[in-house]
Order: sequence, then structure tokens, then C-alpha cells
Amino acid sequence: MGGHHGAFSLDVAHLLGGAVLVLSFGLLYQRRLGGLINAYAAQSCVLAAAAAWQGWVQSAPALVVTGLIVLGGAGVAIPVALHRIAGRLQFDRAVVTQPGIFPVMAAGVALVLLAVLLAAPAAAQALPREDLALALAVVLLGQLMMIVRPAAPAQLVGFLSLLSGLILGIVGVPGMRLAVELAVAVLVLAGAAVAGVYLLRIRARFEEVDAGRLERLGGAAQ
Amino acid sequence: MTTLLSLALLAVHLALLLTLAPVLAGIVRWTKSRLMGRVGAPVFQPWRDLQRLARKQPVLAENASWLFRGAPTIAFAATLAAAALVPGFALGMATAPLADLLAIAGLLALARCTLALAGLDTGTAVGGLGASREMSFAAFAEPAMLLVIFTLALLAGSTNLDAIAGALREGTAGPLFPLGLALLAMLAVAIAGNGRAPIDNRAALAETGMVHAALALAYSGRHLALIEATAALKLLLWLTLIAAIFLPFGTATPESGLLVWLLALPVWGLKLGGLAMALALFEAGVAGMRVFRVPELLGLAVLLGVLAAVLLAVWQGLA
Repeated sequence: MGGHHGAFSLDVAHLLGGAVLVLSFGLLYQRRLGGLINAYAAQSCVLAAAAAWQGWVQSAPALVVTGLIVLGGAGVAIPVALHRIAGRLQFDRAVVTQPGIFPVMAAGVALVLLAVLLAAPAAAQALPREDLALALAVVLLGQLMMIVRPAAPAQLVGFLSLLSGLILGIVGVPGMRLAVELAVAVLVLAGAAVAGVYLLRIRARFEEVDAGRLERLGGAAQ
Repeated sequence: MTTLLSLALLAVHLALLLTLAPVLAGIVRWTKSRLMGRVGAPVFQPWRDLQRLARKQPVLAENASWLFRGAPTIAFAATLAAAALVPGFALGMATAPLADLLAIAGLLALARCTLALAGLDTGTAVGGLGASREMSFAAFAEPAMLLVIFTLALLAGSTNLDAIAGALREGTAGPLFPLGLALLAMLAVAIAGNGRAPIDNRAALAETGMVHAALALAYSGRHLALIEATAALKLLLWLTLIAAIFLPFGTATPESGLLVWLLALPVWGLKLGGLAMALALFEAGVAGMRVFRVPELLGLAVLLGVLAAVLLAVWQGLA
């Protein structure tokens, strides 16, 4: 694992990790389900770039593969599926954020600072503390998103962005084995969550509306 | 010799700013029109407008005080003074030792407050509305700007813009990520300060969407010409400021070789042109924002500024 450990490559890695974090704030700022899904897709694309860059820096082709998997799965497949589900199940398009955007943003900044302070003493040689801080911050912001949004689809996107934080942490560790497998596992978990919400919503529909309406819904979507 | 050079630099810089400012505003307006499928006025139209307005006699309200008459001049002078401090194509102008970012922010705030006071002066409803909105935006934009300045000061070890631009030009500054956060915060402040979309619409015809247009509504003739010139100069100043800090390559210093000096002006022009195109593209693409949501956006800029400054302080303290 020789790699190109220049200050510049580390800087770019931080910049990409930071862009993932900023897009987490973008997710918190969104107030439409469509915008939320698009912001998540953008975050996943930047995450894929971060993984690929780490692959180049650490001379680990496996991480480039991870980046491609993240790009295809979280960057394209999951957002497309979410858009289609949102259209078919006619979710409420407005995303409510419970205590208002600004207090949530302030709480988000506090969480990022918490992550930075938590990561500082844990400056292990395995994971540089800036990378650890950024990944932890993305995970914490994902949890914040799930707390402040009552609607199920918005909570789901929060959970997905939490998983993005995990992948960001995984790819940041030099010489991490099973990085590809872990990323795939995380993506499978994400896909299962999407499918779970989809099935639950279908069942909820069955209970509250008659099957004829469901058929009309299905017909309208095709 | 160096004093002479720095004075000559300042003179060229100011002459370029004053002549280019309306042209740049025209370029942004023309590009935006083309992107929206309209023909667009020629890029020299703002210059012609200024000449036309400068020939006209101003019409004043009966109860207008000296403040109303003096405000355009004060705002223009403050903006010009700030523009003299921002390095354009070359570092080391005669004003470089004075070019403190806090002073520049202060001069811009002076111009802003003077125009807001003038909006209140005649007691018209629309002017008061504009002044109220301008000040409520400023209440968020100024702290965000201060936090950006603190971040840059942590990076470069000085609040002097010339020193900051020099440090960033050498690439000796620290991590990129806090700088990126500072850039986002500064872009939000610049958009609010210049009254660009999605926050404001300079060509607004409906009072509900007006901020800067409402402040200038009671003005006419050469007063209006000065206000328009101030707005154009302020836009150029902000683009130059962003270029100096975040696109620091290609600027000449007194120690640079002849080639760098020859290239410095075209490079500066390219940077400004690129930023102007980006601005037009952005403005053509976004929808106007509700006035009540603007503080949210600027509050976000404040938070990003806090994040940038604290992250940098923590990481530098630990390094």
C-alpha cells in the first residue's frame, strides 16, 4: 500500500468528504420530496468520487470498484426507484421539518462540531481524524434527519444518507479489507429499506383503500 | 520606484474598474437574456443608460432632506474606496497596506446603510419596505461575511486582503475544505449584497419582489445614475474579491517576471468573464425566492461560516 500520499491528494480527499457533508446539509435544507431524492443522488455521486479518489490515493483498485458500485446503486438505482415509488404511491410531496429549518441546521452544525471533537483524541493511525470526523458527522446528520422528519419517505432518505456516512468511513481507512463487500452490504441494506417501505406502504393502502382504487393507481402509473 | 509602480497600478486598477463595471453588468444582463430566449440589450446599454440619466435633472420629493440628496454620492464614494482596496490583476497596489477585509466589509456596510436611510427619508411606503428588507438581510449577511473573514485570517494569518491573496496564491494555506465552506458562505453573501436572483430582482416591476429597486424608486436623474453606477461597481468589486481569494492564480506581484505581467490582465479578464457567465447561468436557472425564506438561506451562510472557522481552528490547533 505505497500510494501517493501527497498533501494535495489528502486535501482533495477532505474536500470530497466535506462535499458529502455539505450535501447532508443540503438534504436538511430541502422541503420537497423530489428535491430531497435528487440531493441524495448528488450526495451518492460525490461519495462515489470520494471512494474512487481514495482508491487512487491508496493504490487500491478495489476502492475504485466500490466507487462504481456506489455510483450505480446509490447514485442511480435507488434514487430512480424512490422517484418511481413516490410517484406511484402519491406521497405527500412537501417534506415537513418539525422544529423549522434554521434550528435544525444549527443543531446540525453542533453535531458536526461534536463529531470533530469526538474524532480529535481518536486520531488512530488507521483512519485520519479529519476523515473520521467527516464520516461521523454525516452519520449523525442522517440520524438528525430521521428525528426531525415525521414522514416515512423523508426518514428513509435520512437513513440512506446515514449509510453514506458509513461508506465514507469505510473507504477512508487505508488498507481496509473487504471494503467492496462492506459497501455492497450497506447498499443491500439500503435497498432492503427502500423495498420495506414500499411494501409497508402497499399494505397500508390495502387496509385503508379498496382494491379497485389500488388498481386504478397502478393503471395510472403505467 | 516601487512607490511609483504601486501608484500607477492603483490608477490603472481604478480606471479599469470604473470603465468596466457597467460593461460587466451589461454582459451579465445580455447573457441572461440570451439564456432566457430573449434578444437582450447590447452590453454597452448600461453605459448609455448612465449617460442618459446623468444628463437629466433629478426630481426630488418636497420633504427630501440633505441625506436623500447626499446618499448616492456617499454610497458611490464608499464603494469606490472599497474597490480601490481589492486587488484585481496585480498585488502590491499603493492601497495594499490598507486593504483590510474588515475595512472593505465596513465600507460596503456604510454604502448599504446610507441607501437604506435614504429609502426611509422621504417616508414613502415602498422605500421603507426596501430599507426594512435590506437591513434584515444585512443582519444575517454581515455576520456571515465576518465569519468568512475570520476563516481566511486563520488560514493566512492576517485580515489583510493583499496578504491573504498572496498566501493563497502561493498555495501555502491549510486544508481546502474549510475554504470551500467559506466560498459557499461568501457566494450567498455576495448574491444578497448585490441583489441578484434568487434573493432579489433588479428589474422587478412588482413591489412584492423589490429590495434594491424599492430603495432606488424615489430617485431620478443624475442621482439614479450614481446609484446604478454604484450597483455595477459593487458587482465588479465582489467578482474581483471572489477571484482574488478563491481563484488566486495568475495575478502579478511586483517581483513577477515580464511574462506574468503580460498575462495578468487577460487572466483577470477571463476570471471576471467566467464568473459573470456563471452568475448569468445561475440567475437564469433559479426561481425567485420568497422574501421570508431569504433569512433562512443567509442563516445557512452564517452556519457554514461558523463551521468553516471552528473546523479550521480545531484542526490547526491539533496539527
